[in-house]
Amino acid sequence: MSASFAEQVSQFMGPFVGRVPHNKKLGLRFIASGDRWVELQLPYAPHLLVDPDHGIWASGPIITLMDTCVGMASMLARGAFEPHATLDLRTDYVRSPKPQATVTARGECYRMTRQIAFVRGLAHDGDPNDPIAHVAGTFMFAASKLAGGWQ
Amino acid sequence: MTNPALATLLQQPSGRLDLLPYAALLDLSFERVNGELQLVMPFDETLIGSPGRLHGGAISGLLELAGLLTVIATQPPGEALPRVRPVTVTVDFMREGAAQEMRAAASITKLGRRVVNVHAQAWQGNRYKPAAAAHINFVLDWPEQTPAP
Repeated sequence: MSASFAEQVSQFMGPFVGRVPHNKKLGLRFIASGDRWVELQLPYAPHLLVDPDHGIWASGPIITLMDTCVGMASMLARGAFEPHATLDLRTDYVRSPKPQATVTARGECYRMTRQIAFVRGLAHDGDPNDPIAHVAGTFMFAASKLAGGWQ
Repeated sequence: MTNPALATLLQQPSGRLDLLPYAALLDLSFERVNGELQLVMPFDETLIGSPGRLHGGAISGLLELAGLLTVIATQPPGEALPRVRPVTVTVDFMREGAAQEMRAAASITKLGRRVVNVHAQAWQGNRYKPAAAAHINFVLDWPEQTPAP
């Protein structure tokens, strides 16, 4: 992939994350990106909880964060804004985030084939060596078969 | 703990799930349909992930809540309720989520005292054409006064 695509993406991604309606609703934001990795953050908000009495996060917002993160990483590795769909995504919840923590996710595409992107990622609440969640998944690129896409 | 209030709520034929802030964010309600606990996520612009399609994360959130609430609804009444937390969640996406209502329901594969294995499905319109499915392993944390065997 060309360096210009990575630059183009890093400039485009900040506003892109904010433009996706569901990401906007949750409060997701772009932090950084490289050739085939992306870092995003989800700051604590009361509506992200499933158990307000104990300050326990719902896991849906963590999946949304990780899905978005590894999806963007696969786009970077692809080197083009092609329509793609999540095939599957496995999330391991290693532990609960600390109360009112900001969750940071880093996702990478470690293998790109003609049709499939293989991705993985980690989420943490301050220390990358003490993760809260791990994901592994695949995305399918099939431009002719998928309608829509942002580009 | 919100679980006892939830367990009581889930005995009703239908209702809203605003007790759970994230469920309120997704505007979720539930309905018993032929005995099956179904979660209903009405379409809203804020659920969109890519143009005209629901965000996979919102679909995953719906599937997990369907699993969680099915587990809570299955606990015997009158007993101390455990905290139910997902440990692994694997979601398969079969069809894109269109800009319309999505429903989800879950079935319990094995109900253990410490671990519950759950299969959840989400669909739009046709109950037998899943848009997404999840395999979820929940771990139950029991109150300390009830030692697990």
